[in-house]
Amino acid sequence: MAEVDNTALLQFLLRTGDNTLILGHRVSEWCGHAPILEEDIALANTALDLIGQTQLWLGYAAEVQGMGKSADDLAFLRDVWDFRNVLLVELPNGDFGQTLMRQFLFDAWHSIMLPRLAKGTDERVREIAQKAVKEVSYHVERSADTVVGLGDGTEESHARMQAALDYLYPYVGELFESDEVDAAMVDAGIAPDPASLRDEYDALVGRVMEKATLTVPDGSFAHKGGRTGRMHTEHLGHLVSSMQWLQRAYPGSEW
Amino acid sequence: MTHPSVEQVWEWLGTLPDPEIPVITLIDLGIIRGVTWEGDTLVVTVTPTYSGCPATSMINMDIEALLREKGIENLELRRQLSPAWTTDWMTDEARAKLEEYGIAPPQPAGGPSRCPRCGGTHLEKLSQFGSTPCKAQWRCQDCLEPFEYFKCI
Ligand SMILES: [Zn+2]
Repeated sequence: MAEVDNTALLQFLLRTGDNTLILGHRVSEWCGHAPILEEDIALANTALDLIGQTQLWLGYAAEVQGMGKSADDLAFLRDVWDFRNVLLVELPNGDFGQTLMRQFLFDAWHSIMLPRLAKGTDERVREIAQKAVKEVSYHVERSADTVVGLGDGTEESHARMQAALDYLYPYVGELFESDEVDAAMVDAGIAPDPASLRDEYDALVGRVMEKATLTVPDGSFAHKGGRTGRMHTEHLGHLVSSMQWLQRAYPGSEW
Repeated sequence: MTHPSVEQVWEWLGTLPDPEIPVITLIDLGIIRGVTWEGDTLVVTVTPTYSGCPATSMINMDIEALLREKGIENLELRRQLSPAWTTDWMTDEARAKLEEYGIAPPQPAGGPSRCPRCGGTHLEKLSQFGSTPCKAQWRCQDCLEPFEYFKCI
């Protein structure tokens, strides 16, 4: 196993932690707005788990960075260009169905990635992944059930879920992109090559969409640029300005 | 100077209730993983239930406040993630107390075995998520009452 380069490890941790941070923030936007109380609670709990995982991932990222920063510094004091999340998680919530479709497309990937990280060579990554995978097994169970319930539901809910899948599916490909950071993680035995997870993912998504009577779109076009930081969508800037509002208005304020 | 013994510290910690479910103690819940002296510093190792559980910081504050009150000056609270917390660490006593309180205790089968109110076994899941990250919502079809189930993880 190759000794891991800290620059690559930092990028990997930012990508992992920014995915959970940005999705956690998006999901938290539903708090108090969901269609029924049980769903409101479920969304808030999911957001809480994701933010909790973010604290662990970005906490470790800050240590690796070695500049005396904290997870909070990374979450609240970076500008939009410095985020390394995939574009899928920064997209607006849309309606409830679109939110749950995005959640399932992410949870399915998360539930396949984390068990690999939980067996990798980096002790800290392993520990965080072992913790997170237990939480994510509940997330994917629920988001899959809801996608099936709404997809195989009424004419209206079916149409909305198909529209959500058609809109979101071109953002899935970025989860399986590989670059030199991923190659360094593979060499060090920390994480698998994202591309190697695709077959398992397609099988899982295929099974759930079939039960949901939804059609997975053809074509391999993928919107990307988020995890490399080359280009985010315009939506991330709006999200960040709301998430970081307090630190921007009152720099350095604490609880 | 002599330190209070590790056994003594465990005894003190055994009085601390879980902030969300006060009928069980932190020790019942299985989240206090170790108490040791490292030189003059008392190290208490705590593992979180769920990574985003808001009770975690309150639990740490409760532990610190109690031990300071008992005269411990050098105290370190250490977070341990691995092995990850599991409901298997919950004591039998805690399971019984939960049920008596109206929360169905965790079961390896992944769902409650009976209604904590009437003992009925015709149960349905309402939601995988409940009022705290560690609980799900179920309903009993015998007495028609909803109840909380402590999820098995
Ligand atoms: Zn009952």
